[in-house]
Amino acid sequence: MALINYATREINVKIVYYGPGLGGKTTNLRWIYGKLDQNTKGKMITLATEMDRTLFFDFLPVDLGKVRGFQTRFHLYTVPGQVFYNASRRIILRGADGIIFVADSQRERREDNIDSLENLRDNLATFNLRLSDTPYVMQYNKRDLPNLMTVAEMEGLLNTERVLYFESVATQGIGVFDTLKEIAKTVIRKF
Amino acid sequence: MLIDRIKLFESGFQAIKENIEKLLQQSDAKAVLLVDRDGNLITNAGETERVDLESFATLAAADFAATSQLAELIGEQQFHTLYHQGERDHLYFQALVRNIIIAVIFDQRTTLGLVRVRVKHAAETLSKILEDIFGSQEQAVPEEEPRIEDISKDIEDELDRLFG
Repeated sequence: MALINYATREINVKIVYYGPGLGGKTTNLRWIYGKLDQNTKGKMITLATEMDRTLFFDFLPVDLGKVRGFQTRFHLYTVPGQVFYNASRRIILRGADGIIFVADSQRERREDNIDSLENLRDNLATFNLRLSDTPYVMQYNKRDLPNLMTVAEMEGLLNTERVLYFESVATQGIGVFDTLKEIAKTVIRKF
Repeated sequence: MLIDRIKLFESGFQAIKENIEKLLQQSDAKAVLLVDRDGNLITNAGETERVDLESFATLAAADFAATSQLAELIGEQQFHTLYHQGERDHLYFQALVRNIIIAVIFDQRTTLGLVRVRVKHAAETLSKILEDIFGSQEQAVPEEEPRIEDISKDIEDELDRLFG
C-alpha cells in the first residue's frame, strides 16, 4: 500500500515482480541495481538459497529524489517463483501497488507461465483483489533464446486484460527499464 | 480504481512521533521504529545512524509476515509479539492495529521485561491514534499542499529523466 506522508514529505510505492521460477525476475532487479547510481539506489537485499534461487524475496529501493518536495521511493520486490514457495509469494504480494508479470518466452515454459499467472490471481483473491483491478504490465523475457513462443501467442495465452507488454532480455537489460517505468507511471496515475 | 494508500498529515504524525519518543525514553531502548507490514518506515527515534532503516523496515515486515504464517500453521491468528536475542543488541516487535508494527532495538542498558511493559502501554495509546488516522483517510488534503495530480505528473517526468 502506497504511503504518502505529508508530515515528513515522503512517498513510498511498492512494485512486485511476479512470474514463474527462473523467468528472470531477480535478473531484472540485478540489472537495475547495476545501472543506477549510488544516490538513486539503496541496498539490495536478497534472501536466496545456497543455489542462488530466491527463497523469500529480493528487495531494491529506488529513490527518485525530491519531487515537489516529496522524497519519492519505489520499493521493488521479487517473489520466489518456485511452485512450493507460495506462502512467501503471498506475503510479498500483500500491499503491492503495481505488478510486473515476468513471463518466460521459451516454448517449454508455456504451462509454467499459465500456472504462475493463475497463482497470481489466486493469491490476489486471498486479499479480495482481482488482477483486473490491480495496476500491472506484462514482460515477455528471454527473447534472445531459441524455441520461443511468438509475442502473439504469449499475448493470447497470458494477456487476457490486454495490458501493456514489453519484450525483454533481462540479462542484457533490454526492456528492463521500459517495463519498470511503465508500471511506475501506471501506479502514480492512480494516486 | 485508485490504489490504496495511507495518507499521514502533520497532526496525526506528530502524535505518533511524540509517543514513539516517549517510549524510547521510558524503555531505555537504543531505538524505536514504527513500520507497516508493507515494509514502509513511518517514523523512528533514537540511535539509528548505523542502521539501514529502509532495509530494516522491509525485513521487519517480512519477519512479522513469515511468523504470522507460522502462527496460522499451529492454529493461531498471529503472534502479537516477537523477540530476537542477540549477543549485544536485541529486537522486540509488537503488532498494533491497522497492520502497523512497533520495533524496539535495545541492549544491556535495559531489560526485556521493561521493554515489554513499556511497549504494551505505548501500544494502547498508539493504536488509538492510528485508528483515528485511518478512520479519516478520506479527509481532504490541506489546500496549502501540492495537488496529488501535480505530484504525479512531476513523478512521471522524473521517471522519464531517470529511465530514459
